[in-house]
Amino acid sequence: MTETTSPKIVEPTIFDLSSPGRTGVTFPASDVPEAGLPPKGLLRSDLPLPELAEVDVVRHYMHLSKFNYSVDSGFYPLGSCTMKYNPKINEDTCRLPGFLHTHPLQPIETVQGNLALMYTLQEWLKEISGFAAVTLQPAAGAHGEFTGVLIMRAYHKSRGDTKRVKMLIPDSAHGTNPASSGMIGLNIVTIPSDERGNVDLKVLKEQCDDTVVGIMVTNPNTLGMFDENIEQVIKMVHDCGGLVYGDGANLNALLGIVRPGDLGIDVMHFNLHKTFAVPHGGGGPGSGPVGVAAHLADFLPEPLVGIVEEENDEEPPLFGFIKPEKSIGRMKSFHGHFGGGLVRSFTYIAMHGPDGLKDIAQYAVLNANYLLARLRDTYHVPYDRICMHEFVAEGQFAGSDVRALDIAKRLMDYNFHPPTNYFPLIVHEALMIEPTETENKDTLDAFADALIKIADEAKTSPELLHSAPHITPFGRMDEVKAARELVLCCWLPENYDENA
Amino acid sequence: MTYIPISPKERDAMLEKIGVKTLDDLFKDVPAKHRFPELDLPPALTEMEAAAELADIASNNETVRGDLISFLGAGMYNHYIPSVIDHMLRRGEFYTAYTPYQPEISQGTLQAIFEYQSLMSVLTGMEVSNASHYDGATAAAEAVNLAFAQFRGKRTKVVVSPSLHPQYRDVIRTYTQGMGVEVAGETGVHLEDGPEALTSQVDDKTCLVIVQYPDFFGRIYDYTKLIEDAHAKGALVCVVANPTALAMLKTPAAMGADVVVGEAQPLGIPMWYGGPSLGFFTTSKKYVHKMAGRLVGETVDNRGQRAYVLTLTAREQHIKRERATSNICSNQGLLALGAAIYMSVLGKTGMGQVANLCYQKAHYAAETLSKIPGYGLCFSDPFFHEFSLCCPKPVAEINAHLLDHGILGGYDLSQDYPSLQNHMLIAVTEMNSKEEIDLLAEILAEVSHD
Repeated sequence: MTETTSPKIVEPTIFDLSSPGRTGVTFPASDVPEAGLPPKGLLRSDLPLPELAEVDVVRHYMHLSKFNYSVDSGFYPLGSCTMKYNPKINEDTCRLPGFLHTHPLQPIETVQGNLALMYTLQEWLKEISGFAAVTLQPAAGAHGEFTGVLIMRAYHKSRGDTKRVKMLIPDSAHGTNPASSGMIGLNIVTIPSDERGNVDLKVLKEQCDDTVVGIMVTNPNTLGMFDENIEQVIKMVHDCGGLVYGDGANLNALLGIVRPGDLGIDVMHFNLHKTFAVPHGGGGPGSGPVGVAAHLADFLPEPLVGIVEEENDEEPPLFGFIKPEKSIGRMKSFHGHFGGGLVRSFTYIAMHGPDGLKDIAQYAVLNANYLLARLRDTYHVPYDRICMHEFVAEGQFAGSDVRALDIAKRLMDYNFHPPTNYFPLIVHEALMIEPTETENKDTLDAFADALIKIADEAKTSPELLHSAPHITPFGRMDEVKAARELVLCCWLPENYDENA
Repeated sequence: MTYIPISPKERDAMLEKIGVKTLDDLFKDVPAKHRFPELDLPPALTEMEAAAELADIASNNETVRGDLISFLGAGMYNHYIPSVIDHMLRRGEFYTAYTPYQPEISQGTLQAIFEYQSLMSVLTGMEVSNASHYDGATAAAEAVNLAFAQFRGKRTKVVVSPSLHPQYRDVIRTYTQGMGVEVAGETGVHLEDGPEALTSQVDDKTCLVIVQYPDFFGRIYDYTKLIEDAHAKGALVCVVANPTALAMLKTPAAMGADVVVGEAQPLGIPMWYGGPSLGFFTTSKKYVHKMAGRLVGETVDNRGQRAYVLTLTAREQHIKRERATSNICSNQGLLALGAAIYMSVLGKTGMGQVANLCYQKAHYAAETLSKIPGYGLCFSDPFFHEFSLCCPKPVAEINAHLLDHGILGGYDLSQDYPSLQNHMLIAVTEMNSKEEIDLLAEILAEVSHD
């Protein structure tokens, strides 16, 4: 199309839909004597928000919702994202009025339900992970990582060990790992993977010296492999005085299988929005509690939930807040993602119990290995052994110009969400597939059949892939135009005259 | 097997295809001595039992809807939340979707965030909004990252107003502890002084000045002069704003602010004991490349349809890794949608009404309470929906008495400000009736001088 053609509008924006004089939700008249307004110089002259009736708003968002793919509508094999089914009961428990309408600064005596839930969840996460203490404050996985690296830094600093400036990060790590370390100015040293997908011990040994803050390991790693040498990796880093950070993004594969704390990992974040079924919400909110071994417990962010008065014959324990002795400080305001993250995860863990948690990991791993078994003859899998909860295949074929991106887009025509692609960076044209435990065999077979058919299409009719998707409401995007023209707002501030 | 849809027969067929005999055989890479720990957790509950258990836990709280009359704010506010918001948020298409990395099948989320960005631009007057941060405090800390990056680390001082929310100041200190940034402004400035008192702290090493609007004590200042003075010294200015107040007050953009952030919980998000809430982050176009977080931009698809994509992703951690301006990945997507629906369904009229009701009722409360013998207003400046009340006794003592009468009193300012003993920060919203305010006055009068 040419520059002069206006694009076709599928759904108008909320501003396009506005009509002056329409009202939606309105409020009662004031029941107090009129107090006037602030001085005119402090007032805005106009509030150019849209004007719509409630039905207009509902129809608009209903239309928009139909453009979304979601776990409720289909299979989401996104590697490292653990897009499992989100149980409906969690949506009800987290909205119980007792949770919904409590203020974070209420006296502790009036919120013992909230505090008991948080205390119990801390205890459960400790038991599941093998750590000595857990903070529920971090808001997301990356926020938990940042918390973790601040704790590692504070630990070394408290010992007067100030020359440690180097963070070791395997090349298969999530991008948040180096970014979190970068936020406190650490030097990042990348450790390559060996031919079996494990951390390369030879390179690691060369880098282990007295300037190492620690290593950030993801285990199972982003190739979906449990590192066969994990105990050696941990020992080598500990021997040079460093600490081991565990990225908990892939914890779903380890529930009831092995506790990261037992392996010797010092600090780890949980992604409650992956492992414990908090819905992803189209990009959050997540929840990223952090667990630490005993020697790091004093550095946790404040506040933690603790028992401030022991129970006695007449009274249950009184829960309240405690500040760890050498705390790194506060990571966010208030107490973490209580309603959205903690209540849902509490419900989920309570409904699984120890055996149910182990089932989660076992069936997540079963499903991944089943898909791997179905696909390995069609797609090259560079690190091909029994995998954990996910595996990485190459989305390319000899003599074909079809790329992972084309395969991903073509999968949409078969009503599947694509796998994570182009990550991890160490696999060419990576397709990273994580089915989770909440998919049945029929779905997995249909997905494998689609991928096998697409591999065939790549040979016989590659154009079908290059131009995919075809049946979705929208086609491929002009991303260059978006970045070049940078239209980030459908309302232009220059049209607004503050003094009008 | 609570949510696992695989029968034993299917499981066995899958194991056979894989070439192993049992599920346990899949875990041979895990060190044997740590494999399959016995977890000491309570046995699994059925849905029926879990629903009862959680209801029981929730009933051990006293809520501000029914149990207690609340005058507590201090960063989180009890506002009316229209029903339509949660009905939309509970659409599985929204809440069970992933981050919209595949725009062809995520236009619902993408257009909604684009509209959220636009609505936040209207409220703040700023040109650009990102897709959200964890909360107001972390958004303020990310403003420091932006300013620090803008001057390439050459300006290392941040001047923070002492009347910025104490927890926000805590978070800024936590975030900057590895950056070599000096956090100034908390001493040498009197709380009674106007905003210009901060100017003396701004020097050629200052990258950012942070003020709150209305400030932590509810006061409204025009920051235009402070911002001019800070700019004259080359520093940027971040205004931490309350979005309800912005429906009534002059925009920070009109004062010349470079960054406007804040807590958007008042926009239709439940207090939920403090989270999850919603941090908003807005700035000028010229700083967009230094801004953290996700951004949605308009474009067209290959069928000529208007559409939206995540854009400028090269700033973000998954591309730039350790050189990214922030590590943020997940944000508060669903709550940004909630705030957008709130602003849409209230619109120009409803948003204006809420702001006006908060203002009128807070002023009635201030007028009424300050007339009680022994009580008075601490500051004489204009205020929005929060004000600080000087009390005849320690606030903790007064609040205990109020609680006995089912009233959740205001925030005890002596917790953060030693100079503000016996000072209570009272918040009033559209949820508080005249009757409730009169009852508060009645009970407070009981706790007068001994």
